[in-house]
Amino acid sequence: MNKPQTSIFGSVYFVLMAIFLYLPIFILIVFSFNDSTVLAFPLKGFTLDWYRQLGNARELLISARNSVWVGVLSSLLAVLMGSLAAIAMTKRHMPGRNIFLSLASVPLVMPSIVLGVAVLVFFRKVLGLELNMWLIAAAHVLISIPSTILIVMARLADFSANLEEAAMDLGANYWMTLIKVTLPISFPALVAAFLTAFTTSFDEYAMTTLITGTDTTLPVYLYSLLRFPRRLPVAVAMGSIIMIVSAVLVVLAEWLRRWGTARIPKEERV
Amino acid sequence: MRDETSLNPPVSIQDGHGGIEKKLTGIPRRSQLALLVAPSALWLIILLVLPLITMIGLSFQKSAFGPDSEVFTFASYLNFWQNSAYQSLLGKSLWISLVVAGLSILLAYPVAYFLAFHAGDKQSLFLNIMIIPAWTSFLLRVLAWRLILGSNGLINTFLMWLGVIQEPISGLFYSVNAVIITLVYIWIPFAALPIYVALLRIEPGLLEAASDLGAKPWQGFFKVTLPLSIPGILAAFLYVFIPTVGEYVTPALVGGPNGLMIGNIIWDQFMRGLDWPMGATLSLVVMLIVLLPLVFMAKAAQQTGLFGGKSE
Repeated sequence: MNKPQTSIFGSVYFVLMAIFLYLPIFILIVFSFNDSTVLAFPLKGFTLDWYRQLGNARELLISARNSVWVGVLSSLLAVLMGSLAAIAMTKRHMPGRNIFLSLASVPLVMPSIVLGVAVLVFFRKVLGLELNMWLIAAAHVLISIPSTILIVMARLADFSANLEEAAMDLGANYWMTLIKVTLPISFPALVAAFLTAFTTSFDEYAMTTLITGTDTTLPVYLYSLLRFPRRLPVAVAMGSIIMIVSAVLVVLAEWLRRWGTARIPKEERV
Repeated sequence: MRDETSLNPPVSIQDGHGGIEKKLTGIPRRSQLALLVAPSALWLIILLVLPLITMIGLSFQKSAFGPDSEVFTFASYLNFWQNSAYQSLLGKSLWISLVVAGLSILLAYPVAYFLAFHAGDKQSLFLNIMIIPAWTSFLLRVLAWRLILGSNGLINTFLMWLGVIQEPISGLFYSVNAVIITLVYIWIPFAALPIYVALLRIEPGLLEAASDLGAKPWQGFFKVTLPLSIPGILAAFLYVFIPTVGEYVTPALVGGPNGLMIGNIIWDQFMRGLDWPMGATLSLVVMLIVLLPLVFMAKAAQQTGLFGGKSE
């Protein structure tokens, strides 16, 4: 198996699967140019109206702005907390390591509705707080902490100990080592973790809707639009833009991750 | 941690009582580690542990608000035990999740196999092609399936244009089938990833050895490749099964009244019916059902070294 053999079945299957995966997205993009308020076949004609109307769709833009705010804030916090924890996790003889890691991966395996309901009950009923965007951001930090820890840990696992020891042997104290050695090493992972957290937050609906007060995020607003189909085409137009943007972000995150790991010869061809 | 024993760390790092670091920073090592973990630990406690404890408490209350909220009762659990509607809905959700997980794995396996063994130097490009749809808006992709499966949707319009059918197919939209199709579509990339990773880990020499010993390609697949990819298949199963059990957005959008799942009832209890204790009970039941296979698999993995023998 030194040279990969070509496989006709495999290639055909992959192409079919790619078509299957992209068809719905393609259809949405087509409908964003369709000259009809009804999202149904047959297609009517070509128009750029929906994109033009985007500038006036005030609520849509506000919810998009809210989503960006929540996304940036929650991702920054998640990356900060997650990477600090990841640094501790890669240390030898970390007490309680497995307990913490199990707890930290719970948000990953908990159905969104259970998480959302639990947060709703605790903050609304026990603490008596109003639902607002800060709470949404806080909840998004929770669901992004596991992925951040995992991404940064993977980056640090192979060499951090030796390099840090070297730095300390040369007289750097703990915090200096953190800033001068650990942080630069993990930078690509931090960016990748931020982008992953941001895309997760920007797209989160199932949990967010349960803890949404008066200010909505974009997915929550999009969902509410389903009851007012006339305004839906504008939302689809915005959705098409978002899809393209998030595709670019994903490629960027992936590229950064690769660029980061490519510099560790040890990790190649594992 | 591969290099756990490969090097003897300097004494100062190992002794746990400070040593050189303490002299330099004045903070003992244990406290330094605690400071690093503290923010995320605090977050997990406030937004996960305490809310879950609250839910357990709530499930034993007679009512969420008012004087009745002081009354301790098993009513919600009894209600769940006696009400066959809840149980059949839960059963249906589990069945849908199993079917969705099974189909996703079945459809994703050839993709993962192709990526791992036949994609050559274009592997990362193809991998990205497959993952990108998974990162675009979940809601919009489900909406797209409304446009495909709906009575004025792509499939019905196309088939009617061909003259194959005269009326829109009735079982297609607002049905369990629609939920399954949409969710399988959503999960295929997530199912393919862990299988792909597991396939990459297989030593190429093993397959060569099998073929040298006279195994036909399909024998090599069933006796070597497939068994060795089981960890990936199990991981894929969990990736898909767990979020699907609690799913309520997709059923609400394409499932119609027949395609509802347990998540929809939980949502209703909290957002409409206001029987919060019942909602909490159902949430806990869902949580238990999700955690059981997880704990079981983790135990099995530890004992057999299934996931690469990661024992610490």
